[in-house]
Amino acid sequence: MNFDFSEDQKLLQKTVRDYLEEHAPLASAREVLETDASYSPELWKGAAELGWLGATIPEEHGGAGFGHLELCLIAEEVGRALAPIPFSSSVYLFTEAILQAGSEAQRKAHLPLLAAGDRIGTFALAEKPGCPTEDSIQATLDGDKLTGAKLAVHDGQTANAAVVAARGPEGVSLVLVDLDGDGVSRQPLDSIDGSRPQASLTFDGAAAEVLGTAGEGWALAESLLDRAAVLLAFEQLGSAQRAFEITKDFTMGRYAFGRPVASFQAVKHRLADLWCSIELARSNAYYGAWALSGDEPELAVAAPGARISATDALELAAEEMVHLHGGVGFTWEYDCHLFYRRSKTLGLALGGAREWRDKLVRRLAAQA
Amino acid sequence: MDFNDTPEEAAFRAEAHAWLAANAELRGPDDPTSSALAEIESEEELQRAKDWQKKKADAGWACITWPKEYGGRGATPIQSVIWGQEEARFRTPPNVFGIGIGMCGPTILTHGTDEQKRRWIPRLVSGEEVWCQLFSEPSAGSDLAGLRTSAVQDGDEWVVNGQKIWTTGAQLCDWGILVTRHDANVAKHAGLTYFVVDMHSAGIEIRPIHQINDGEGFNEVFFSDVRIPDANRIGEVGDGWRVAITTLMNERASIGAGNAGGGDSIMDMIKLAQEVGAFEDSDVRQRIADFYVKRKGLEYTGYRTLTALSQGRTPGPEASMGKLVGAKLMQDMGSFGMDLAGLAGSLAPSAAPADGTFQSQFLGSPGLRIAGGTDEILRNIISERVLRLPPEVRLDKEVAFRDVPTGN
Ligand SMILES: Cc1cc2nc3c(=O)[nH]c(=O)nc-3n(C[C@H](O)[C@H](O)[C@H](O)COP(=O)(O)OP(=O)(O)OC[C@H]3O[C@@H](n4cnc5c(N)ncnc54)[C@H](O)[C@@H]3O)c2cc1C
Repeated sequence: MNFDFSEDQKLLQKTVRDYLEEHAPLASAREVLETDASYSPELWKGAAELGWLGATIPEEHGGAGFGHLELCLIAEEVGRALAPIPFSSSVYLFTEAILQAGSEAQRKAHLPLLAAGDRIGTFALAEKPGCPTEDSIQATLDGDKLTGAKLAVHDGQTANAAVVAARGPEGVSLVLVDLDGDGVSRQPLDSIDGSRPQASLTFDGAAAEVLGTAGEGWALAESLLDRAAVLLAFEQLGSAQRAFEITKDFTMGRYAFGRPVASFQAVKHRLADLWCSIELARSNAYYGAWALSGDEPELAVAAPGARISATDALELAAEEMVHLHGGVGFTWEYDCHLFYRRSKTLGLALGGAREWRDKLVRRLAAQA
Repeated sequence: MDFNDTPEEAAFRAEAHAWLAANAELRGPDDPTSSALAEIESEEELQRAKDWQKKKADAGWACITWPKEYGGRGATPIQSVIWGQEEARFRTPPNVFGIGIGMCGPTILTHGTDEQKRRWIPRLVSGEEVWCQLFSEPSAGSDLAGLRTSAVQDGDEWVVNGQKIWTTGAQLCDWGILVTRHDANVAKHAGLTYFVVDMHSAGIEIRPIHQINDGEGFNEVFFSDVRIPDANRIGEVGDGWRVAITTLMNERASIGAGNAGGGDSIMDMIKLAQEVGAFEDSDVRQRIADFYVKRKGLEYTGYRTLTALSQGRTPGPEASMGKLVGAKLMQDMGSFGMDLAGLAGSLAPSAAPADGTFQSQFLGSPGLRIAGGTDEILRNIISERVLRLPPEVRLDKEVAFRDVPTGN
């Protein structure tokens, strides 16, 4: 047993951190939030050049040919920087979908473009508010034509392609759709975190190609969500750790009653509890990383475990960050709200913690 | 990153399992969940525990990480975890040696002389002698360094007077680790000296204390002119605080590790929820999921610590997290497990569903949140020692102990 990343993997993580510290200060997330931009193209280009976008793509398809453990650490750094790029949609979901279920032709068509950053992908499941279920999928697949609408899709405005859940004669399938093609319209939506924007997608006879086996889309979607959950947990962990560090430093430097506010026990104990929550999330995420990287059967419980724990930690970190900064924490000018917004956006991105808790316990019960 | 056994670890696991299979019975699916709260109060239970410990020691399976020359096996921390996992699959008597093995042994191995190690460790390993921890006093718990039991040197001996309290297992023990004040004129932490005391010495009186959970696990221990040979002193005169810290760090690590063992009670809770028809209630599943991720988070944190150890790094005060999170988790699980059973939930452990696991947790866990450093003390330790936040404002540091305010 060895429950840690290797020295080489940690070295890679350090180069990712160094790059992001230089090229993605929090000001870059703020810029996307405050302007009409939907992501930072320069940063996206950098991520492609450094091999992050193709981390799990084999070299023969233009990828860097690392593995999922490396991708977990890259994700942690992307989270730490609150990097305003469509990383989770394109890498954890779309690229994973092609890698897991794509035919040889689909792999050839998509992977090189994805690795180079020339194609951005996303994943479109929900059609109305609430947890999507297999029954809730109403978008229809008629031969190779897709008709229907998808709600609040992350990076829906930016993406060139999407994996979409749709119902055909065989049941629910996942299909690949070119979002720049005919029969697709997009509507940007205002969201609480403009640094990770969302849009609705409408399909009117758009060309669609089945991914994997027709009629087995729901099971595939579940397994893709599990895989993405582990990766997103690392992103959440990185954001939580950064929020914690900024908050700790602030409370050490801020004086009240003649002493640093970090010297008051009420504040120390909140920071101690937050630290515990982040450590628990880290441990659960590591277990998820192990299960993901080896395709272990334990992924069925490791993924929801990582996801729930990371969501709890980041939501707590962001709340405490605003609170322990006092009045400035509630200003637009300070960065606390960037974390507060992001915490909820990431917390809901693959379905909220409530859904994952339910999934986890049902799966545990099935094992009993 | 690899969660599976290496070939060497798998071989070790097979060896451990084979020995256990030849010497104990496998636990069945309906065996009650083993508990970190088990207490031994009767002589025959104690004897069974001693017999099992002796059997293990004779075969080299007791205290396996300790040096061979003192009765251990010189095994690695990972091997010790593997052994623990395998032993947990078998029916074994509750462990009375937690304090001796978890705290006293490591302290003597760290600070004792060779002679002291040879004298005490092998008989601790074999279970022939049982140990207790005589630290807390009526006016010194969280503030342990405020203790007043006095030790006065008299030739080759020390004469001890005073009172200890909350001493778990004192009535069953042969030896105790004892912190005393040898000098009240110096600053609080500088006037302490650490001893090993023979619990059968003249002048020791032990009175059991009745606990919330109806047990009598802990005791008052009175010292009247008890004589302790100077050869039983651990560390230098005045070095008691430093030695005591070693004990406390080991205590938190071992209580934390013990709690993390409550894994099966999650499955017990799922089973109970199904039996009483509550499983389809989403609220129930939400709560169970929260318990599970905390439990597993603690377990995996243990594996991270272990990996750090095996790479030659020393784990630090981080171990305090295990007890802080684990004890409250046990209390929350106990309470929720009782809720599931409705009216039958408030039956005593002996009469309640699911073998009374949740009732025992409810009644026992408040003690875990206090013993070995309360939740608040652990949060102080995490915030000051791990996070390096400023220390508490102190009114007791730069004065002689006799001048520290006491509230009396
Ligand atoms: C089941 C059990 C077994 C035990 N076994 C042993 C044993 O074998 N040997 C032994 O020596 N002792 C043992 N103890 C004693 C235990 O270590 C003490 O009870 C514990 O350290 C608390 O001390 P106290 O009881 O004096 O409470 P106090 O220290 O008086 O605490 C009272 C309350 O004040 C809070 N408090 C105290 N100081 C602070 C602070 N600085 N900041 C914030 N809050 C604070 C505490 O958290 C607590 O809630 C045992 C206790 C229990 C419950």
